[in-house]
Amino acid sequence: MDDGNEMSEAGPVVRDRPGERWGGRWNVFNRYANPTRFMQLSAKLVPWFAGATVLLMAAGLYFALFASPPDYQQGESVRIMYVHVPAAWMAMFCYTSMAVASAIGLIWRHPVAEMTAKATAPIGACFTFLALVTGSLWGKPMWGTWWVWDARLTSVLVLFFLYLGYMALENAFDDPARGTRAAGILALVGFVNVPIIKFSVDWWNTLHQPASVVRMGGPTIDSSMLIPLLVMAGAFTCYYFWVVLVRVRGEIIASRIRGLRLRQVHG
Amino acid sequence: MLSGFLEVMRRDVRLAVRQGMDSLMAVVFFVIACVLFPLGVGPEPQTLARIASGILCVAALLAAMLSLERLFQADYEDGTLEQVALSPLPLEAVVVAKVAAHWLVTGLPLIAASPVLAILLQLDAKSYPALLAALALTTPTLSLIGAVGAALVLGARRGGVLLALLVLPLYIPELIFAVAAIDAAGFGYPVQPHLLLLAGLLVAAVVLVPWTAAAALRQALA
Repeated sequence: MDDGNEMSEAGPVVRDRPGERWGGRWNVFNRYANPTRFMQLSAKLVPWFAGATVLLMAAGLYFALFASPPDYQQGESVRIMYVHVPAAWMAMFCYTSMAVASAIGLIWRHPVAEMTAKATAPIGACFTFLALVTGSLWGKPMWGTWWVWDARLTSVLVLFFLYLGYMALENAFDDPARGTRAAGILALVGFVNVPIIKFSVDWWNTLHQPASVVRMGGPTIDSSMLIPLLVMAGAFTCYYFWVVLVRVRGEIIASRIRGLRLRQVHG
Repeated sequence: MLSGFLEVMRRDVRLAVRQGMDSLMAVVFFVIACVLFPLGVGPEPQTLARIASGILCVAALLAAMLSLERLFQADYEDGTLEQVALSPLPLEAVVVAKVAAHWLVTGLPLIAASPVLAILLQLDAKSYPALLAALALTTPTLSLIGAVGAALVLGARRGGVLLALLVLPLYIPELIFAVAAIDAAGFGYPVQPHLLLLAGLLVAAVVLVPWTAAAALRQALA
């Protein structure tokens, strides 16, 4: 068991990682490897992210649903974009964070990074599912079909399966530390899919439109639509940080409860 | 190092051959799965000829996946894997040796069985070279990618089902390009681009998999 809790005479103690003594530029990185310090910091951050999510989501939805113009071709159904595009961005952002956190966890045995990867997976899976469903709802009026097997849609579906595989593998072991490490390797292997999703619209001739916001030569989308889109993306990002902090805090508390239970059992 | 590598490979092949039916299971599954399709879709030759490439590739992919569980599981359970990991042979080389043995006992028989099944499925005769080439390039990659999955699920609950969930999404590119190569041959388009992509995937897997699968094995043995 390598989850930062060790048994001693005095019960479970949260031990500083050896790397903590290195000092220098690794300081911040190692500082929050200590779950207790992370708990102190995250307790302060959670209300800020919660507040930012509520404010940005309210503003974003107002702009997206009322204040922005309907599209000259698509009419009112263009408003699906304000949920679909941020959800798709977050689906990739969450997978990238999961892969980076897994790498940090695997290389430095950083306990908070491992928990972050574990906590990110269900959130990312939900964003991916939301992107697929809203895309389908948008596709029906625009393309005349709920689903096409083009490269962008297929690669996002694969991303969804990768999230499911990660969560299944993570839960498949009796030893939770083993599950986290095995799933971490899977997260890194599955990362090859993220650039494929990003460039699928350029490499293949897809029905899905190419990038219109993050591209060389600036966005091709009008600012009346770009601003609500970016506000919604900000809201989704703050929501992610809010939920992931709450989930990591829950993980840390759960691992402490496990430690206490073990202490009771072993007397 | 080379002698150790060959010894691991020889041992795995010998075990598979002596267990006989166990290693043939993948081919038997491949044959039965392919035979089910004409019964399910209907025996019209045009329909079958159109979907034969897809059936063959999907069935080959599933058959390759079914045999993966045996790749490390038995050695993990009886402790052989720990002994091999302690030997001077790098674990990466052990992975390559075991994957090569796995391909010899499952991948090669699949390739050998595929032309017969292609006849049953009314595949266009023009597509046969492409079918063999695509399977020859695909099956080693399937064994390699599968080795990562097989190493990850060692000691997991319900490892077999889990393995399918992990490995099948990663098999999708293989399936897409293999079917594209066979179909291109049938329609008279150039086959080479698809085969080159398959070869590229194989090269990437040869480079990256031993490293990843060895890391997965190390954390399973830790």
